[in-house]
Amino acid sequence: MASVSVRDVSKLFGSFKALDDISIEFADGGFYGLLGPSGSGKTTLLRLIAGFDFPDSGEIEIGGEPVGALPAEKRDIGMMFQSYALFPNMSVFDNVAFGLMVRNTARAEIARRVGEALELVRLTGLDDRKPHQLSGGQRQRVALARAIVFHPRVLLLDEPLSALDKALRVGMQVELKRIQREIGITTIFVTHDQEEALTLSDRIGVLRDGRLVQEGAPKEIYDRPESAFAATFLGDANLFRGRANGDGVVLADGSRMRTADAPGKTGEEVVCAVRPERIEVVPADGPADGEGNKLDATVSEAIFAGNSMTYLASWQNQTVKVIAQNRGAEPFEAGARVRLVWRPADTVVVTP
Amino acid sequence: MRRRIGLATLGRVYLALVLMFLYIPILVMAVMSFNASQFYTLPIDWSLRWYEALSGNSKLLNAGFNSIVVAVVTTAIASTLGTAAAIAFFRYEFRGKQVLQLLLFPPIAIPWLITGTAMLLFFFWAGIGRGLHAMVLGHVALALPYVIIVVSARLKAFDPDLEAAARSLGASPAQVVRHVTFPFIAPGFIAAALFAFAVSFDQFVISYFLAVPGVSTLPVEIYTAIRKGFTPEINAISTIVIVFSMTLLVGVARYYRFGGER
Repeated sequence: MASVSVRDVSKLFGSFKALDDISIEFADGGFYGLLGPSGSGKTTLLRLIAGFDFPDSGEIEIGGEPVGALPAEKRDIGMMFQSYALFPNMSVFDNVAFGLMVRNTARAEIARRVGEALELVRLTGLDDRKPHQLSGGQRQRVALARAIVFHPRVLLLDEPLSALDKALRVGMQVELKRIQREIGITTIFVTHDQEEALTLSDRIGVLRDGRLVQEGAPKEIYDRPESAFAATFLGDANLFRGRANGDGVVLADGSRMRTADAPGKTGEEVVCAVRPERIEVVPADGPADGEGNKLDATVSEAIFAGNSMTYLASWQNQTVKVIAQNRGAEPFEAGARVRLVWRPADTVVVTP
Repeated sequence: MRRRIGLATLGRVYLALVLMFLYIPILVMAVMSFNASQFYTLPIDWSLRWYEALSGNSKLLNAGFNSIVVAVVTTAIASTLGTAAAIAFFRYEFRGKQVLQLLLFPPIAIPWLITGTAMLLFFFWAGIGRGLHAMVLGHVALALPYVIIVVSARLKAFDPDLEAAARSLGASPAQVVRHVTFPFIAPGFIAAALFAFAVSFDQFVISYFLAVPGVSTLPVEIYTAIRKGFTPEINAISTIVIVFSMTLLVGVARYYRFGGER
């Protein structure tokens, strides 16, 4: 196992700056999620760590050693591809054995370790099948077993679950996390799926335009986004614009909103983010908590989703999204005048 | 219902007619090669007379041997060069790539008579002259576009991540080609090699131009023999060639389907 350091790395493709002076530390044994929209540079970064491409400037270290121009085959890194990239002409056994076979491992040792790896991913008894005879979930397990069988120092996952349907995806998330914990391998994975990032990672880096915009534990990033981009890309967020005023913000309509942290110099333009599930919908004539933030709005849409209700409420030409748990109360209907209330602690000042 | 049966019957009749059209001349020739009579008289007097005569006809046998040698050498050269070119086209971006790819097709459409004349002139001018070596050169030039096109078609379905995956698993560039790239293109390679063999083995016009007296290939020798006066020995050797070609093709067709599975 090994830590990975990326220091001041830039990568250009023609005139396009795929990575712009990025630095990240991937802790030994950690499960790190690189999250970002397409074109944010997350896959480029993964390919640089894997050794398929090389940085134009900056340095990458694996286990404290600079890897420089070391090609992929000498880096001792396991990688799982989005397409799985299973060798179509080889059986499950031969696919998994590949990394050992090219290292000239003894036959008995190969058989033992392939067996172990397949057991770890819970895929036994299919050794002789060809990839085209497997289901999507089974293929994924083969790809994972193949990537870890030779005990690589680092495991890279490129959009590991995006090819699976939703039901299977949730199951595999749990599996992936279990396996990673069991072998304790440093894992870096790339995804554009925020839920996947939140579920799997113990640390997340949010990328945008080749830069790291925020980094931290999933809960930290979700609860305390630093930018409007991070707030809206990782989960849903309502953004309110206004001017800083003491310990709060004055909105366009003159109403005042208190924030978790001091919003900055009075008079400065600021943006606050509020998560939809932190807002509560109460009747317009309902009791107002003196401490809390509140807005009077009109329900424009009420969407029933079983365990929750999603309200779209209009306030000052802005749509505010609210998600309310279904606890059996009679839902509000479209057109209803309501009051939206939430705590100042859930009002996070972000950069625009 | 009645109409559907009518259509199905019509389809079968049509299929039968097509097969007859394709195979009757060949069948007649094959049957007649076993007829002792030189003039196709019926009823057939079964005999191996013409095969015996053939075994003593060194001209035809030598020509047959030459044909095989030229075809095998052509196949080896054209399928190796062509596959390498197809991989290069697949893997690299370079200046003039599209022009090069476009230029692969015209040689297929240019009449062989013209290609043959051009080659004859060029080979004389370049000091290569005529003979089996010149035939091999000519055949390789003819077969190359087929090989590149067939192998490229196979490569279109190749996922470059497969090579990346093999590398990340520790395979050296040579191991990647040996264990991943080549096994994938093998069915295309075999089909391409068969094309190259057929292009060479069937080639008449260019071989005719490039043959020196006394050293020719089977099609050229058969043509020469027919011009001098037809003998059923021609039927005999043609039947042997047909059996050989069909065995080869059936074998390849079976392997191709097998290997083409994904």
